[in-house]
Amino acid sequence: MKKEGEVRISSGCAISGIFRRDGKRISGEAIRRSIAVMHDRSNGLGGGFAAYGIYPQYKDHFALHIFYDSQSAREETERFLECRFDIINLSKIPVRRTAAITDAPLIWRYFITPLPHMLQDSQLDEKEYTSRAMIGINGSIDGAYVVSCGKDMGVFKAVGYPEDVADFYRIEEYEGYSWTAHGRYPTNTPGWWAGAHPFSLLDLSVVHNGEISSYDANRRTVEMYGYTCSLLTDTEVITYMLDYLTRRQGLSLAECAEVVASPFWTTIAAMEDEQERRRLSYLRRMFSSFLITGPFSILVGFRGGMMALNDRLKLRGLVAAQKGDTFYFSSEEAAIRVVEKDPDRIWAPQGGQAVIVRLNEEAGA
Amino acid sequence: MRRYRIGMYEGCISCLRCARECSFGAITVDKDRKLSFHHDRCTDCQRCVSFCPTGTVYITEDANRFRHNGLFGEDDIREIILQADTGGVLLSSMGAPGSRVPIYFDRMLLNASQVTNPSIDPLREPMETAVYLGRRPEGIRRDADGDIVDNLPPHLELDVPIMFSAMSYGAMSLNVHKALAKAAESLGTCWNTGEGGLHEGLYPYRRNTIVQVASGRFGVHATYLETAAAIEIKIGQGAKPGIGGHLTGRKIVGDVSKTRMVPPGLDAISSAPHHDIYSIEDLAQLVMSIKEATHHAKPVIVKVAAVHNIAPIASGIARSGADIISIDGYRGGTGAAPRRIRDNVGIPIELAIAVVDQRLREERIRDRVSVIASGGIRNSSDVVKAIALGADAVSIGTAALCALGCHICASCHTGRCAWGLATQDAELAGRLDPEKGAQRLVNLVNAWTREIREFMGGMGIDSIEALRGNRLALRGVGLNTKELEILGIGHAGE
Repeated sequence: MKKEGEVRISSGCAISGIFRRDGKRISGEAIRRSIAVMHDRSNGLGGGFAAYGIYPQYKDHFALHIFYDSQSAREETERFLECRFDIINLSKIPVRRTAAITDAPLIWRYFITPLPHMLQDSQLDEKEYTSRAMIGINGSIDGAYVVSCGKDMGVFKAVGYPEDVADFYRIEEYEGYSWTAHGRYPTNTPGWWAGAHPFSLLDLSVVHNGEISSYDANRRTVEMYGYTCSLLTDTEVITYMLDYLTRRQGLSLAECAEVVASPFWTTIAAMEDEQERRRLSYLRRMFSSFLITGPFSILVGFRGGMMALNDRLKLRGLVAAQKGDTFYFSSEEAAIRVVEKDPDRIWAPQGGQAVIVRLNEEAGA
Repeated sequence: MRRYRIGMYEGCISCLRCARECSFGAITVDKDRKLSFHHDRCTDCQRCVSFCPTGTVYITEDANRFRHNGLFGEDDIREIILQADTGGVLLSSMGAPGSRVPIYFDRMLLNASQVTNPSIDPLREPMETAVYLGRRPEGIRRDADGDIVDNLPPHLELDVPIMFSAMSYGAMSLNVHKALAKAAESLGTCWNTGEGGLHEGLYPYRRNTIVQVASGRFGVHATYLETAAAIEIKIGQGAKPGIGGHLTGRKIVGDVSKTRMVPPGLDAISSAPHHDIYSIEDLAQLVMSIKEATHHAKPVIVKVAAVHNIAPIASGIARSGADIISIDGYRGGTGAAPRRIRDNVGIPIELAIAVVDQRLREERIRDRVSVIASGGIRNSSDVVKAIALGADAVSIGTAALCALGCHICASCHTGRCAWGLATQDAELAGRLDPEKGAQRLVNLVNAWTREIREFMGGMGIDSIEALRGNRLALRGVGLNTKELEILGIGHAGE
């Protein structure tokens, strides 16, 4: 049987997110409880978490979470890193051995910063330099897989139910201002650790519930711009699309939402504000290869914020809620109510309407 | 040489309609008002059959056949005899027939949603078929306030991904152009003048007209270029790659002569190459000249035939400043072409789109330029497959003519089209009512668009741009590994 990356595998899922606008760092316990409610939306073949604000002591360095199949893959990767980066700190990621999680790879964490002369010679900015190196590791070092590589953030994922994954990674010991979680229901995979979600590149992380029908059009587009889709999952391609649109094209996330879940032409034509009509028409024509069709609900974590977005027909559930400075997003309302019984407001964002929350200015990132 | 046989069932009422309709002299009336059949002249155009009020007349293949030979087929022998008689090049029209060369459209199957994602009902949800053809810049620009500046060059806007192919006035009757122009306007798409100029009476349809500039430069003047939604430089066509054109002086009459700016009765020769294009940099200059002449207000299309190295050719065109590349495949139709060329030069459009789309992606310029596919597109599923392989839109010629009455008898080059399409004979041309013809074209494209929406909805795709290049939507059947690799698709069951 082919494993993930050799064949495209579709999956249903559960997603959940908690964001503190005031920047207060909260333990991973809440997100664990939230995603655990939706146990039945997963089938034990993948779960994971992304957390922001968890490494304040190293917040200016890229934090790498890497899976290794073997010590030799680790050694090769470390040699690769040493030529290109200053490794500030490295360690195994502490885990709790549990019966529910088996076949764990070697899981390592590094805090790195590009070697100044190498960075200068590359004529790239720090982010592009790092992202190319990480895509290089995933593509060329057998048995090594970079799970996340942003600053002051990290992804924790495994084959298993999300609550078991949380216990495995001792997620309650981390504190962050932003958390997303994912429980996976792949339809036909033997289960592969790197294939679990969230999927992440630099500071972006994406959890996704759905199966996009535009997948191959989108994949071939991002591959044209130098990304290599090695997992063949929706989440991977959505992450690369957002990375390209934000980092390379300079679009805001709100504009990205208008590209990937663009309004229908009839909606644009009916707009009274001519400037807005032209702007949306421009985005759609300019980035027509980036339109995503078919069902999706995604939570995009980024430094200092979170975006929730549904496909334009709202073919997947997505609920949002607010209580004071805390925002909640989830596939099901129950997953919010379990951690916040009495939200100030709770609503279902419309299809194609992004909800973007950011840290208050005084909170910083 | 006799190929078809005209037959009669019982029940002829001697109305003689069949004889009046036959433009090839295959059915005539003799002195005592009896029908007389000249089977050797019959082209099987089906005009008599369509108009027989009692359904009495019919055409069959002649029962006589040559002695079977595994190597020399009937056509081979006929053609040898004909050439031995005349010493001439064999002429033919319409596209290369038969399945001696695989019809890849028929070897690909489409996908549909089941369980894991929903299909979308086009009756309940919007299902978008609009396409915008043209260049896209590499990046966005913002003004001092941070607002995005519209830096997109002019685009060709189509409500449906189906256009009408280039068919020239001269090869076609004016009524055909009228029908195409009216239909294009009503459908929100474009028709294409071909290389014979644009009749003044059709200037009002400028917003739906693509004007062509071919090697003969017939009918090309400043107003012509201005009276268009886009301008197409024709380098080649699928039916006769590498070959020029020849419109016989017999068809250069009246308004055709005036529109083409060719003296009446003089043959109109389109040379094989443009005499100002001997290389790709020359093409870039012509593209730029045309853009300068039209104040950079219209997209420029470059049309080429699908030949072996179509991928680098398309890449060169994309870099020449052209906004849109139009590729015409092996099966593309024509009003007249040397038969040997038609049947033996070029490659099928399916393979051409696949390699061009892939090559432009490898060079990271696929989003910079649009691609139109044509050449043997017969129905809505061919359209969907062409787009899934990587085309932005398609254009149809033969199918459009069939909507107007053509039965593909492939006798266009005779100038005696019984359906009034490929002719300048006033009586014959009058057989096509442009209003009714336009309505039939509109019906055809609307019907296909409905079917395209059903295909898309079934795949859960609610906008045509998400289908473009979406090769997971396709699987091959009965194709070998190499063919699958070139098409960039998996085999059914994979």
